Amino acid sequence: MDRRSFLATTAAGAAALSFPAILRAQSKDPLRIGFPLPLTGPFGALAADQQRGATLAMEELNAQGGVLGRKVEVLFRDDQLKPAVGAQRTKELIENDKVQFIVGGLAAHVQMAINEQTKKSKVLFISVSQSDEISAKPDASPLTFHEALNPTITSRAVGSWIAQNLGKKWWIIYADYAWGKQNNMVLQEVLAKQGGTLLGSTPYPLGSAEFSAHLPKIQGAKPEVLVSMTPGADNIAFLKQVQSYGMKKNMRIAQPLHWLPQLKEGGPDLYADIFGGTSFYWELADSVPSAKKYVEVYQKKFNAPPGDYGAYAFSGVMEVARGCTLAKSVDSEAVADALRKSPTYDHYKGKQWWRTCDNKSFQDLWIVKGREPGKTKGEWGLAEIVTKIPANEELDRTCKEKGQA
Amino acid sequence: MPDLATLLAQVFTGLVLGMIYVLLAIGLSLIFGLMTVVNFAHGALYMLGAYLGVFVLTHTKSFWVALIVAPLMVGALGLLMERFLIRRLYGRSPDDPLLLTFGLSLILVEGVKVLWGKIGLTLDPPRALAGAVDLGFMAFPTYRLFLIGVTVAVLIGLYFFLGRTNIGLIIRAGSRDPLMVRALGIDLGRVWLVVFGIGTALAGLAGILAGPMRGAYAEMGVTMVIESFVVIVVGGMGSLLGAVVAGLLIGQVVALTTLFMPKAAEIMVFVVMAVVLLVRPSGLFGEAGLAE
Repeated sequence: MDRRSFLATTAAGAAALSFPAILRAQSKDPLRIGFPLPLTGPFGALAADQQRGATLAMEELNAQGGVLGRKVEVLFRDDQLKPAVGAQRTKELIENDKVQFIVGGLAAHVQMAINEQTKKSKVLFISVSQSDEISAKPDASPLTFHEALNPTITSRAVGSWIAQNLGKKWWIIYADYAWGKQNNMVLQEVLAKQGGTLLGSTPYPLGSAEFSAHLPKIQGAKPEVLVSMTPGADNIAFLKQVQSYGMKKNMRIAQPLHWLPQLKEGGPDLYADIFGGTSFYWELADSVPSAKKYVEVYQKKFNAPPGDYGAYAFSGVMEVARGCTLAKSVDSEAVADALRKSPTYDHYKGKQWWRTCDNKSFQDLWIVKGREPGKTKGEWGLAEIVTKIPANEELDRTCKEKGQA
Repeated sequence: MPDLATLLAQVFTGLVLGMIYVLLAIGLSLIFGLMTVVNFAHGALYMLGAYLGVFVLTHTKSFWVALIVAPLMVGALGLLMERFLIRRLYGRSPDDPLLLTFGLSLILVEGVKVLWGKIGLTLDPPRALAGAVDLGFMAFPTYRLFLIGVTVAVLIGLYFFLGRTNIGLIIRAGSRDPLMVRALGIDLGRVWLVVFGIGTALAGLAGILAGPMRGAYAEMGVTMVIESFVVIVVGGMGSLLGAVVAGLLIGQVVALTTLFMPKAAEIMVFVVMAVVLLVRPSGLFGEAGLAE
């Protein structure tokens, strides 16, 4: 066990001990959930949010007396954003730490490696990555669940909205890896279906901080909308450079996803009037009852509102617990069957459901827009909700298209 | 085929990008050229320059004060690194300082996350440099034009310091033949301390200058250190002129490949490096034997 995971486990244990319900539940072995996530590396801020969300779920469950009378323990392990490390940590979690379930994964490629391990060991895995090739053949399995959105749903939903509301002449720029490429492909299909024109589509290497060489060409093409898939720190560098070239005045900027840590980092000067999709934004507390409850508890504990990644992690852990309670068992197959049998749930943002043919979660998403400087609400009220796009299985590939019929 | 205006805009963008590469690489080149120490912490010190820049900026409200103070703070840290850690490794295999500085860079990156958190910081250009200027063929950010000025000033300053001052003379002599310089009664330890301080301060300067274009985040040095290595390897390890020529060359390579074949832009940089190394193993302006 390395220092980081030792600290994470002891901290989690210490936090759990402060709840009296635990003492009653301790008569049995705890229910253990392993959670690999990229705590170090460029997605560290998103992973930290995931860790907070999952910790909160654990504490909530333990405060209610645990699951099946057993205390819940979530064991966090740093996968360093590397598939080999993710696989190794998952293997250790299952074999040495004897976890019954795995929730977690942030990046598409690491999640694949985690899934290979859980499939091999026949352990239920709820992925909270924004990419879901693992729910299609050949990676899919009856024990592989996918809680988050995916590029198909996000780009079909957000892309159609952009074409109908912001303009139909696009330039797309995307990070040249699985998530970026999938979004690019789906967006181009959407644009064609909407009768729009694609002026250009350029890949760039993920983790790049320099976009200036891409900009003259885009400026020259004069698109109505510049659609960007520049995740993590790339997003800040990209938007700063686009703004400094005076392009924000001449075109609308939209992205399939907005990320709250980046919104906070870049601030309203950078994000004003930039449109993006999101699976969760904390101001939903004003309109969705379960969101209100979730945001309040999270805010109270961590002194900052939750982001979308933390919410996925929270919901993933809660679903494991719900499955165990329904199945009255911690057996992975029994839990998976129970979740498919009662697929509807609502942990933090309204009704969601599992599509039983591919274990994919369906859920609402929202279009948000960065607020202008001076119009933000407090430190974190950086975006306003433009519209809701209701959960709809037609936004995803069918199970047949995924080889799952 | 793009029209002439786009091509012109692209070449100009590449020119400015090249100057930025020079600015990023110059501190690394200086330290290697004069001390044959490969400072792998260059990227982390660059990142620290940006973070300290934000820190000073929030306390003084002046970008210009931060532009001076933050590099001095990074340089001071560089002095401590040289005096207490790197100095112990002189005369040993060049791998030793490389490993040491690599370890230091990991400590700095994680340390910054502990101190400032995992979410990066905002660093805006001063108002006078915000916005874009119309160059006729394209709108171009004022701030990037300002960076060219800074890079040229740094290069001229270094040229005069190394070429026209007594201490510059000693530094150059020390890099050619340390034994002889010592025999003349000169304390080379102090000279190398100064060089390392300047080199690290330049990393810090590059960091605070990059912040307004790229943001400030803990991993910002990771790609930058690779870019910088490419520039000084192509230019010839330790050659300032080489760094300038290579920086401008790489700037054009990136700009033009991005225009015609964006997928290949990253790999082309390494192709150019490989070709240069095949034809001239010590780089365009490198002295043979320096890195052996």
